[in-house]
Order: sequence, then structure tokens, then C-alpha cells
Amino acid sequence: MELTTFWFIIIAVLWVGYLVLEGFDFGVGMLMAVMAKGERERRALISTIGPVWDGNEVWLLVAGGATFAAFPEWYATLFSGFYLPLLLILIGLIVRIIGIEFRSKRDEPSWRRNCDIAIVFGSVVPALLWGVALANIVRGVPIDADGEYVGGFFTLLNPYGLLGGLVTLTVFLVHGAFFVGLKTEGEIRERAIKLGLRVGVVAGALAVAFIVWTGLAQDSLAVWILGGLAAVAFVLGMASAVAGRDGWAFTGTAFSIALVVATLFTGLFPDVMPSSLDAAWSLTTTNAASTPYTLKIMSWVAVIFTPIVIGYQSWSYWVFRRRISLNHIPA
Amino acid sequence: MDVLDLARWQFGITTVYHFFFVPLTIGLSVLVAVMQTKWHRSGDERWLRLTKFFGKLFLINFAMGIATGIVQEFQFGMNWSDYSRFVGDIFGAPLAIEGLLAFFLESTFLGLWIFGWDRLKPGVHLACIWIAAAGTVFSAYFILAANSFMQNPVGYTLNTEKGRAELTDFKAVLTNEVLLVTFPHQIIGCFMVAGAFVAGVALWNMMRHPDRDADAFRPAFRMGAVVLLVAGFGTMITGDFQGKVMTEVQPMKMAAAEALYEDAGPAPFSILTVGTLDGSKEVFKLEIPKLLSFLGTGTLDGEVRGIDSLQEEYEQKYGPGDYKPNIPVTYWTFRAMITTGGLAMLAGAIMLWATRRNRIPRSKWLLRTAIVLPLLPMVANSFGWIFTEMGRQPWVVFGLMPTSAGVSPSTSVGEVATSLAAFTLLYGVLAVIEVRLLLRYVQKGLPELDPPRDPDLDDADAPLTYAY
Repeated sequence: MELTTFWFIIIAVLWVGYLVLEGFDFGVGMLMAVMAKGERERRALISTIGPVWDGNEVWLLVAGGATFAAFPEWYATLFSGFYLPLLLILIGLIVRIIGIEFRSKRDEPSWRRNCDIAIVFGSVVPALLWGVALANIVRGVPIDADGEYVGGFFTLLNPYGLLGGLVTLTVFLVHGAFFVGLKTEGEIRERAIKLGLRVGVVAGALAVAFIVWTGLAQDSLAVWILGGLAAVAFVLGMASAVAGRDGWAFTGTAFSIALVVATLFTGLFPDVMPSSLDAAWSLTTTNAASTPYTLKIMSWVAVIFTPIVIGYQSWSYWVFRRRISLNHIPA
Repeated sequence: MDVLDLARWQFGITTVYHFFFVPLTIGLSVLVAVMQTKWHRSGDERWLRLTKFFGKLFLINFAMGIATGIVQEFQFGMNWSDYSRFVGDIFGAPLAIEGLLAFFLESTFLGLWIFGWDRLKPGVHLACIWIAAAGTVFSAYFILAANSFMQNPVGYTLNTEKGRAELTDFKAVLTNEVLLVTFPHQIIGCFMVAGAFVAGVALWNMMRHPDRDADAFRPAFRMGAVVLLVAGFGTMITGDFQGKVMTEVQPMKMAAAEALYEDAGPAPFSILTVGTLDGSKEVFKLEIPKLLSFLGTGTLDGEVRGIDSLQEEYEQKYGPGDYKPNIPVTYWTFRAMITTGGLAMLAGAIMLWATRRNRIPRSKWLLRTAIVLPLLPMVANSFGWIFTEMGRQPWVVFGLMPTSAGVSPSTSVGEVATSLAAFTLLYGVLAVIEVRLLLRYVQKGLPELDPPRDPDLDDADAPLTYAY
């Protein structure tokens, strides 16, 4: 396999990791607004992601760094082109980190309310905008002969991009609800699953529309197959939730997110950022890539360290596997 | 202001701000790990309470560090896309490796440490903070590797067709002589910050509340003060090595640090010079003969190049242009770094003397010093970086790419102005929140330990020892 193809796959895998993992903690953040009743429940919700959300976010940093190292042209065009959405995402992530980390540091209700607003804002905005950004990358944006993005902020808010944003927003909410179902017990668990199922109907419909649109636009059999599998995984997840199988419900949404992201990257390949102005100006895995020497070094580092990272991150999920009930929240 | 000016201001503001949290995170993670190790070995509960107390302050600081750190990775692409295209083949690798090797370790093992007090065996739990601390040090190494390439490009070849620098020798990048002197200087500088922080906080608590946990704060204070002093000497020595490498690879930076316009051998070290900016007229000067020669070359009469002759040389080499950094900024930040670092050591020594033989000093001045102390090395660190980055100007990659060529061509003044305003405002608000929170926890003093768990209570029903 070409090293450039290998690195395209690695970056796709990093985005899968990021969106599957941070997807559920964004979902839990949003649930703070839509389902939590009272301070104890809010604390229980946040505690489900407490030990792991920061590690989840590092997947984004590594995806960004890997894009910089392996496809500098892609990194440069993407980050300078999608300026304002990325700014909003950054602000969202910053206030969210502060909200989560500082909310328990003071007891005043007003302090905690402000932190909760920060958490909800910082979960909704990136959950929506990552979908918008990914959809636009796949759809193609105006890129000129120099590889520069020449559109504006509103170029990105086209129907396909917005639909992509709504898909990530709603699917993450369901994913978060099923995670809460898996990680809590008692009444809060039941309500989370019920809410997940209700939102899941809408999310599923949006996702199917998005997958069909992608399939029609990309004209590739692999896109239809992966998209179809994503839909099946989502339906199985919903069915498991109905059956009270919390682990399988969460696995279902996790796989559906992974498969939707795989669908998008498969539709993209071998481009990394197609130009909507002229196909000859598209950035591809070859014209946007670093030198073979750099890719080779990076490959060795990735091959050695990725399994180690996955190993200890899995261990930390295992350490904190216990379900949380309201009784566990200190008064 | 144009996009270039705005992007430079944004980089300066976001980076200096982010860097307020970095040295304390690196140094304090190790000191907290040492405290926990002392408790683990001796069973002395004072060290457990200190671990939890300083651990909480550490986490408040760490949260700000990660929140502002994400901006760093994004803004290379957002504001400096042509720079990213030019160096991505080289600069991206350490950045990606930092994420994979360091950030994952830090975040995962800190999560385990924070929430794992009653979930992990004590030895495993202790290992978690040490692993997280090691992660912060790895992180510093890879970031400094990337930065050192900008100061002294090595291990690359220029591809004129693609218009970029390409990596030819990764080992050379990881053993860049600038990196090998900057890394120890920076890491030891982090220990000055953490030592001063622990010493200042502990002494303040001892002096304000002499009958509350003074027996626990005293050893913490001594540990902090000793770390500060030892690290202070360490930064002086490593700084001296660094000066010699800098004189060799970036002579203009050394000349600018001294506002030395004409070649001189032996060259004096300027303690204070007041004059016109172009060096044509000196109003007042105070200098130590031969010291600059020694700092720069290791001999008392070694020749140190001056700004004017370097400017001439660079014009011949790179074409017409102004190759001088902003001299007042480099001159004064260099002095401010040394002065604030020196004052921190002096304050640490005075405090150690004042607390000898279990004394608790009462002097109001000393109390004020304890409050200012943690800020001194922090400020010294910031000045050091402002000096080293401003001293590299007008280059973003020394000798290869001028800063003005690195800015994103497609972004508008409106976009950069918006993000500059947004970050400045947000960071300002966060500064107020963070400082008030830190002060609150400093004033609270050592936490009481949880009562031992009821052995009859089933483990599954026990409350979380740490819940958000």
C-alpha cells in the first residue's frame, strides 16, 4: 500500500476514534440541558464522563497533528479556509473544558449554572459544526489553483453541510443517552434510554437521508455498502435499547458513527479536499502529502504507539466500569 | 493593522497566555508526585494532605493549560497556513508525536489519578501521577524540537519546485544543538516556577495561620524553596550554555540582546544602557567588562559580532532588507528574564533564612514576598520566550522564511480581528476566574482527610470519592 493511502486511513481512523469517543461526551453534555433534573442528576451525568472525556479530546489533537505532518497542504487549506467555524469550535471546546473542570470547585448555584451553560454550549456547537465541516470537505468547496479556499463562512452553510451537522448533533445526543444508559442505574438510566429512543427516530431519519445523499453524490459501491451498514448498526442499537441491552445499544450507536465517518472518508478518497471549482485543483492524498521519508518515520511511530495508547485507554474505561447511581453522588 | 500584524498579535497573546500554565503544570506535576511518594513510603498523613491540596491547585492550572493549548495547534493552520505548507513536512511530525506520545499519557493517567483514589491499588495510583508527569516532560521535548527547528533549521533540504523544506534527517531534528541546550534550560525553568509556587503558597499559609497545619506546610515550604534555589542555579548554568550556542547559530539575537551595535572583542555585558534606538548615541551606560565575551564564547576576550556588521552580512546573503529584530524588546526582555529569575532566587534564600530552626516569621514584607514569589519565575519564563521568539525576527524559520511570508493568504482582516478579539476577551475572563479560584483554594488550606470507609458498607454502594 502507498504510504499516502496508509496515512489517509490513519487520519480516517483518528476521526473515527474522535467522533465515536467525544461523540458520547458531547451527547452527555447536551443531556445536561434536556434531561437532568436537579443538581444530583447533573453531577451524576457529568461523573459518567469525568475520567475519560479529556482523553477522548486528545484524539482530535492527534488527528490535527497527524494531518499537519502527513498532509500539510490539506491542513493549511482546511484550517485557514474553515476559519470561522473552527474559531467557534475552539471557543466551544475551551468553555466546555473550563465548565467541566471548574463546576465542582465552588458550591454556589449560580457558579454551577454558569458552568452548565458552558458545558451545554461547548457540546452543542462542536457537535453541530464538526458535522457541517466534514460534510463540506466531502462535498467539495471552492478551492482555487493555488490550493486556497476562496469561499466564505456562508458557503459552508449549504443544505448538505447543514444536514451533516444535524446528523452529528442528533446522533451524538442518542449516543450520549445510550452511554448514560450503560453507565448509570435507576430512574436516570431509564429516562436516558427513553430519551435516546425518541431522539433516535429523528436522528435515524436524518442519517438515512444524509447517507442516501452522499451515496448519490459519490457514485461508489463502497459508500452504499458502508452507509447501509451504518444504518443497520443504528437500527440494531435502537432495538437493543428497547430490549434493555445497554451495552449493545451503545455499541450500535458507536458502530453507526464509525461507519458513517468511514462512509465519508471512502467517498472522499483519493481526494482529501475536492475543489468545487475545477477537479484539477482538488487536493489529493498525493499532491497534499509530505515526503515519503517523513511518512515512513511517522508510520513507525504510529504502528508502535497506537496499540499502546488504545491499550491504556481501554484499561482506564475498565477501571471506571462501575455504574453510577444517585446514591454515589456525595451530598 | 493588516492580517500579518493581527496574526502576530494573536500568536503572541495566545502563546504567552498559554505559557503561563505550562511551566507550572510540568514542574508541579513532578512535585505533587514527589509528595505522594513521600506519603506512600512513610505513611505520614501530612504528605497525603499536601498531595491533595497541591494536587487540586495543579488541576485548576492544568485545566487552563489544556483549554488554551488546543488553540496553539489550530492557529498554525488558521493564521499561518503558508508557514504550515512550508514546514509541515518537518514541523508537523514532532507535533503529531507529541499528541500520540505525550497528550494521551497525560490526559488518560491524570483521569485515572483524579478518579482512581479508591479504584486503584496505592502503588498503581502513585504510578499514574508519575506517568502523567513524564508525559508533560515528553511534551516539552517535542514542542521544543519543533521550535528549535525554527531557530536553527537542521536535517532538511529545500525543494524549490514545491516551495517547501523537506525532512532528510529526523535524528538531526531531535538532536538539534539548540534543542539540546533549550530543553534542559526550559525544564529546569519549570522547576523554578513550581518550587516558587509551592514555597510561596506554603509560607503564606504558615504566616497567616501559624496554628493551622504549620507542621505540614513547613516541609512543603522547604521542599519548594530548595527546588527553587537548585533549579535557579541550574537555569543559570544551562542559560550560559544556551548563550554560547545562540552566539554561534543566531549571532544577531545575541547582539540584539545586548544592543551591541559594533563588533567587539573583548565585549562588555551591558547592565543598563539608555540611548537612542539605532545605537548612534548613548546617554548612559553601566557595564561589566569582558562578561559578554565570556557568556557568548567562553573566553574573556572572544569577539562578539555587532548588529551593524551582521546586518551588512545578511544583506549580502539574503538581499536587501532589515534583518534586525526589535532591539528595545530583545534588550529589555533579556534583562527582565535574568532579573526576575534572580529576584526569585534571592527571595527564596531570604525565606529559607527567615524560617530556620522552625521559626515562623512575622514580617509584613516577607508575607508580601510570599505572595509575589510564585509570579517571579513565571514572569521570567515568559520574558525568556518573548526574547527568544522576538529575537528570531524577522524570520519565522531562521534564514529560510521571513515571518511576513508565513501568514495565511486567504484569511481576511475581519476574520483575524474577530478571533483576536474573541480570544483576548475570553482569556481575560478566564484569567479572573482562574486567579480567584486558585486564591480561594490557597486560602482554604489543607483539606481534611475523608474518614476511613465503613467496612460493613458494600463497596458498590460507597459514594464516589471524587465526583464532579
